[in-house]
Amino acid sequence: MIMAKPKPMDEIINDIKDFAKVLIVGCNGCVTVCEAGGLKEVEALTSALRIHFMHKGKKAQIDGMSITRQCDKEYLHELADKMDSYDAVLSLACGAGIQFMAEMYGKKPVFPGVDTCFIGVTEDQGVWSERCQACGQCVLSSTGGICPIARCSKRMLNGPCGGSEKGKCELSVLLNRDIPCGWHLIYERLKTFKQLDRFAQPAADKDWSTSREGGPREIIREDVRP
Amino acid sequence: MRLNYPANVRIVKLPCTGRVNITHLLRALEQGADGVMVAGCLEGDCHYQAGNLRARKRVNKVQQILESIGADPGRVAMYNLSAGMGPRFAEIVRDMTEKVRQLGPSPVRTALVGKEIAA
Repeated sequence: MIMAKPKPMDEIINDIKDFAKVLIVGCNGCVTVCEAGGLKEVEALTSALRIHFMHKGKKAQIDGMSITRQCDKEYLHELADKMDSYDAVLSLACGAGIQFMAEMYGKKPVFPGVDTCFIGVTEDQGVWSERCQACGQCVLSSTGGICPIARCSKRMLNGPCGGSEKGKCELSVLLNRDIPCGWHLIYERLKTFKQLDRFAQPAADKDWSTSREGGPREIIREDVRP
Repeated sequence: MRLNYPANVRIVKLPCTGRVNITHLLRALEQGADGVMVAGCLEGDCHYQAGNLRARKRVNKVQQILESIGADPGRVAMYNLSAGMGPRFAEIVRDMTEKVRQLGPSPVRTALVGKEIAA
């Protein structure tokens, strides 16, 4: 799932301060789960911005709503009859949703209300962490289900590096937060499967063209196209 | 006990302060309340385990939001007291009312009144 966090309020205010009518649109998908851009966050932000503009003595109409997903056209179409009533849109969807909104409603300024962070999981309520970097060529079958691209700070395919200490990544000290060494996790997992011979064979070179090195990516599947 | 407390306080009853969410508090301020106080049970005495602790977190969050939008965070506060502490309730309400009075009328109320006059 795509994880995002709310943008700092001053950035949001700075983006929309010159518009009289602003529609805040949430997304009921990933950003609802990570409590950054669902209906609950839309309502709080709408209210906060109304209070802000009233404090400033500025007349502004701030309305809010949330749609099923902002990364699908059929749901974005639901906004079609509303768009003309607003000067700008503040989208609380992930970066993909915000861009798709901007593409569909080309004449309307669309601003981001969240910072999109990573593809990850909900570890605990209020705790989310990264698990996938969408490299386009999954290696999890040979690494015990733990991704060396996402979990190793250096994205090494043959780790661990010399900085791994007591199961922690050397960046733990530098960044002052607890980062498990991805390759230590892989070692421990493969040990339970008695597959440590995996370490005797270096991994083959990875084709990074399926990742960002191949430019913006797309998937075209004729089998599911209309 | 015939206790007195300021008459300008509107009481909204809830089964537990755990029901309070951020939007409730912001909406009250948006609609012109000069201040909002949440009165929850004593910490450790919540019948639903953690309702009052959650409420405190949400009040803190609203204070952060108010600060970030240039409003005074002192307009929202959380207090803890039991249902048997009537005199304490009256004291807290007087205390909160006095704090809010010192902050002055909410600029939101001023804006809303201005809008009504214009209409």
